[in-house]
Amino acid sequence: MTHPHMAAAVAHALHKRFIIKESGKIVHAVSDISLEVQAGSLTALVGPDGAGKTTLLRMMAGLMKANEGQLHVLGIDVAADPQAIQDRISYMPQRFGLYEDLSVQENLDLYADLHGVPQTMRRERYARLLEMTNLARFTQRPAGKLSGGMKQKLGLACTLVRLPELLLLDEPTVGVDPLSRRELWEIVQQMIDDEQLTVLVSTAYLDEAERCARVFVLHEGKLVAQGTPAEIRHHARNLCFVAMPPQGQPPRFLQTRLLDNAENVIDAVPQGGAVRFIRRPGSDQRHLDAMLEGAPVMAVEERLEDGFMTLLRKQYIADPVDPTAREAVVRREAAEGKNQGQGEDYVGDVIIEVRDLVRKFGDFTAVDHISFSVRRGEIFGLLGPNGAGKTTTFRMLCGLLPASSGFLQVAGVNLRHARAVARRKIGYVSQKFALYGDLTVMENLEFFGSAYGLSGERLHERIGIVMQQFDLKDKEKSPSGQLPGGYKQRLAMAVGLLHEPDILFLDEPTSGTDPQRRREFWRRITALSEVGTTIVITTHFMEEAEYCDRIVIQDSGKLLALGTPREVRTQAGGKDSRLNMEEAFISIVEQGRRQYSEAAATETGP
Amino acid sequence: MSEKDEASRSDKKVDQGYKGFWLRLISLTRKEIRQLLRDRSNLAIGIGLPMVLILIFGYGLSLDVKNAPIAVVLEDTSPLAVDVIAGLELSAYISPITVTSMRDAERLMLAREVDGIVRIPSDFSRRLTAGDAQVQLLVHGSEASRALIIRSYISGAVSQWMQRQADRGAAGASSGTITVIERMWFNAANTSTWYLVPGLIVLIMTLVGAFLTAMVMAREWERGTLEALFVSPVRPGEILLAKIIPYFLVGMLGLGLCLLAAHFLFKVPMYGSLVVLLVSSMLYLLVALGLGLVISSVTKNQFLASQLALLTSFMPALMLSGFLFDLRNVPLVIQLVGRVLPATYFMELIRTLFLAGNVWPLILKDCAILAGYAVLLLGLARFVTRKKLD
Repeated sequence: MTHPHMAAAVAHALHKRFIIKESGKIVHAVSDISLEVQAGSLTALVGPDGAGKTTLLRMMAGLMKANEGQLHVLGIDVAADPQAIQDRISYMPQRFGLYEDLSVQENLDLYADLHGVPQTMRRERYARLLEMTNLARFTQRPAGKLSGGMKQKLGLACTLVRLPELLLLDEPTVGVDPLSRRELWEIVQQMIDDEQLTVLVSTAYLDEAERCARVFVLHEGKLVAQGTPAEIRHHARNLCFVAMPPQGQPPRFLQTRLLDNAENVIDAVPQGGAVRFIRRPGSDQRHLDAMLEGAPVMAVEERLEDGFMTLLRKQYIADPVDPTAREAVVRREAAEGKNQGQGEDYVGDVIIEVRDLVRKFGDFTAVDHISFSVRRGEIFGLLGPNGAGKTTTFRMLCGLLPASSGFLQVAGVNLRHARAVARRKIGYVSQKFALYGDLTVMENLEFFGSAYGLSGERLHERIGIVMQQFDLKDKEKSPSGQLPGGYKQRLAMAVGLLHEPDILFLDEPTSGTDPQRRREFWRRITALSEVGTTIVITTHFMEEAEYCDRIVIQDSGKLLALGTPREVRTQAGGKDSRLNMEEAFISIVEQGRRQYSEAAATETGP
Repeated sequence: MSEKDEASRSDKKVDQGYKGFWLRLISLTRKEIRQLLRDRSNLAIGIGLPMVLILIFGYGLSLDVKNAPIAVVLEDTSPLAVDVIAGLELSAYISPITVTSMRDAERLMLAREVDGIVRIPSDFSRRLTAGDAQVQLLVHGSEASRALIIRSYISGAVSQWMQRQADRGAAGASSGTITVIERMWFNAANTSTWYLVPGLIVLIMTLVGAFLTAMVMAREWERGTLEALFVSPVRPGEILLAKIIPYFLVGMLGLGLCLLAAHFLFKVPMYGSLVVLLVSSMLYLLVALGLGLVISSVTKNQFLASQLALLTSFMPALMLSGFLFDLRNVPLVIQLVGRVLPATYFMELIRTLFLAGNVWPLILKDCAILAGYAVLLLGLARFVTRKKLD
C-alpha cells in the first residue's frame, strides 16, 4: 500500500499536443500542468469541455505519452514503464466498454482474471460489489441489456474487482440519472472510507467535486486554480444572491435579464422558483437595481459552482449570445406576425395532448397510461431515471414510434392517423449528432432545408435567419464534423428550426456538457420560447427543470408528478419545502417505487 | 510457434511470471470464444458461408460446358455428312439444332440462342474423298473461355468421327486428315470440380482468417472496450493470441468441412499426404489471421477493415491466385501481383497435393514461403498493437 502522505501522482510542466489531421492545426490539450495528487484522498478534476481532463487521466494511465514534462504515478515514471503502472492502478474510462454479449458475471470474471484476483478473495469481493451496485439479481443478464445507469455501475464494479493503488475515474456519472448518480457516489465513498482508496475523478458536476478533498480547475489545457472546495468557493465570497421574481412569472425571465448583463453579473441560474446570481465584484448597484425591477434580494452562501463560474468568467470573458442579434430576430419575427408568444401572461392553447398513452414492447410496458398536455409557447420538461420510459414517450410525441393505445394529438393533428402531417410541424434534435459530418454547415442547412420542402429564396432566407439566431455565420464553410461540441449542437438546433416548426423536441441536449455551455444553451432556449416556439425537452440535470414552465416526472412507465417546478417541489416536500429539484425528484421517484412495491406485495400477499 | 514467441515476450517482467500469463490468456480466450458463439453474424460467416460456398462452387459453378446449343447447317445431305452430325448429337456437351440455311443460323447466333454454328458445306463428301474435307465452325466469342471449350469439343467430336471412319477403313482415311491428338493430364476427366474444390479451401481459409479477424480488433476499438482493458496487467501479445486461438479453430473447422465435402460429395481424388495438407493449411491460416489482425489494428474501424480485408485477401485469392485463371496465361504485371500473394503458393500446393501427389521440392518451397509470411504478418500485428490511444 502507498504511504498516506506520499503523492499518488506528480506532474511537472506537462504538455500534450494533438495535430488535427484535416486542418493541420495544433491543439494544446494539456499545457504546462504541474500538480500533485495526494494518496489516500479523493481529488477532483473539473473544467469545461476540452479543458484537458480526459487527456490528463489517459496520460496518468499510460495510454498517452506526454510531449514534454515529467509524470510520475505511484513513484514510477509513466514514460519509462507504463505497464508497471497499469499493473497497479484501475481506470474507468468515460465510455467504459463492457462486453455487451457477455453477462454481468462474465464481465466481472474477465476483469478479475486480468487483474489476477485470487479465487479465494473473489467470493467476498463479488458479493460486496454486487450488493453495492444492486446487480446481484442480474448476474446472468448480458451487459448489453442493462439500463444506462446499471451499465455504469457494472463498469465501476469491474474497475473495483481488486483494490487498486490508484483509481482514475473519467466522468463516471455522465448521462446517468440522479438516482444512479447518487448510488455510484455511495459506492466510491464507501470504498474510500473502508479501504483508504486514492481516487482521482474528473467531472462536469460541480456538486460532485464538492465532496472531494482537493479540486483542480482546468481550463483550455491549463491549471487555473487548485485547492480545497472551500478555497475554490471562496472566490465567490459575498457575491452570491437570490432574487424572487414577481408572483406567477417564471424565473427564467429575470434570470435572462441578469445573465445578459455580463458587465455586472457573472452568472445567473433559476433555482427553487427564484433566481440565484453572482454579481461581479465592483459592479454598479444602480444597474443591478434596474434589472431586478424591485424583486426582493437575499444574500446566500456560495457553492463550489459559484466559485468555479467566478474563476472562469473572471479571467475569460465568455461570449454569451449576442443580445442585439437575438433582439433583431425577435423583432423581425414579431413583425412577420410569427410571434404568438406569451409575453407576460403566457396561457396559450393546448398544442400537445396526451391521454392514456400506452406503449408495449412484447409483454414489457414501457409507457403505462400517461396523460398530460402542453400549451403553446411552454417549455415542457420530461424527467425520469434511466429506463423510465422518457425516450419512448418522446419518440411517440415526435411520431417516430406508434403508440400501442391511447390518444395523442400534436399541433392539432392526431398522430395515430397523420404522422407525416404532424412531423412537418415539429423539429427534432436527437441526443447524438445526426447531421452529415463531412458536409459544411451551409451544405447541411441547405440539404435539410430542401428535405423539409424549402427551396429558392425562402430556403436562403430561413438559412440566414437561423444562422444569425445561432451565431453560425463565421463557421459557414467549416465541415460540421469538425466543429466544437457547442457549435455542433447549435447547428443541430438550427437545422431543427429551419422549417419553422411549432414545437421543438430536444432529447438530452445537455448530457455531458459543462455548466458554462449549459447556461449558453438555456439562454438560447429561453430566447426561442420568447418568440413563441413550444419546447419539449428531456434532461438529467434536475436544476435545469427550473427553466421549464411545467415538468412531468416518469418512472417505470408511469407518470409520478406533473406541474410547475414549484408544484412538483411541494408535492415532494410539502408547502414551503426547501428541497432543491434534485432532492424533490429523488424523493418522488423513491416514493413512487415504494408504493409500487407495496401494491405488488398486497396483490401477491395472502 | 507464435505462441512461444509471445510468451517469452510477455515474460519480460519476473514478478508476473508464467502463471499470470496463462491465467490472462485463458480468460481472454474464453471471452473471445463466448463472443464468437453469441454473435450470430460471426458464426454465419465462419461456418454458414463456407457451406454455401462449397455448394455454390461445387454444384453451381462449373467451368464445364454442358448442352451448349449449336446450330447445324447441313448443306450436304449425304449419309456421310449426316453421320458427322450424329456424332455431335451423341455428345453430352453439345445439343445440335438443325437449321436449313446459313442465314437462319446467323440469326440464331445474333439472338444469342446458340453458342456456335457448324456448317457442313455442300462439297463435304466430295472433298472428303479427296482428303481435304472442311467443316466450318463459328463460335460466339463473347465468353472467351466458353468459346474455347466449345471449339475444342466440336473439333474433338469431328476428329473422333474421323478416327472411327479410319478404323472402318473408309475413304480418305489415309490422307492424313486426322492430326489432332488431345489428352489432358491430372484432370483426365476434365472435371473442373476437381480443381475448384481444393481451391475453395484456400478461399474459405482466407475468408475465415482474414475477413473475420479483421473485424475483431476493430470492433473492440469501436466499442471502446480496449481502453479499460489496456489499463490492466494484460499484455498486447496476450490480447492478440486470445484472438488468434478461436478463429484458428473456426478456420480448421472450415477446412474439415471442405475436406469432407471434397471426399464424399465431389469424390475428388487425394494423391498427396493428408498430414502435409493439414500442416500447410495451418500455416496458411496463420498467414490469413496475421493479415486480418494487422488490418484490424491499423484501421480501428470495422467497415474499413472489412472492405480492406476483402480487397487485400479474398478478392485477390479469388482472382489472382490461379483459382479461376491460370497465372501463366495472364500479363506479366498481374502475374507478379499473383506471385506476391501467399494465397498463390497455398493454391499451388494444395492442388498439387490433391491431384498430383507429394511433390517434395514444391511442398518444401511453398511451406517455407508460407511460414515466412506467417512470421512476418504476425510479427507486424504484434508491432502495430500497442497499449496507446495516441
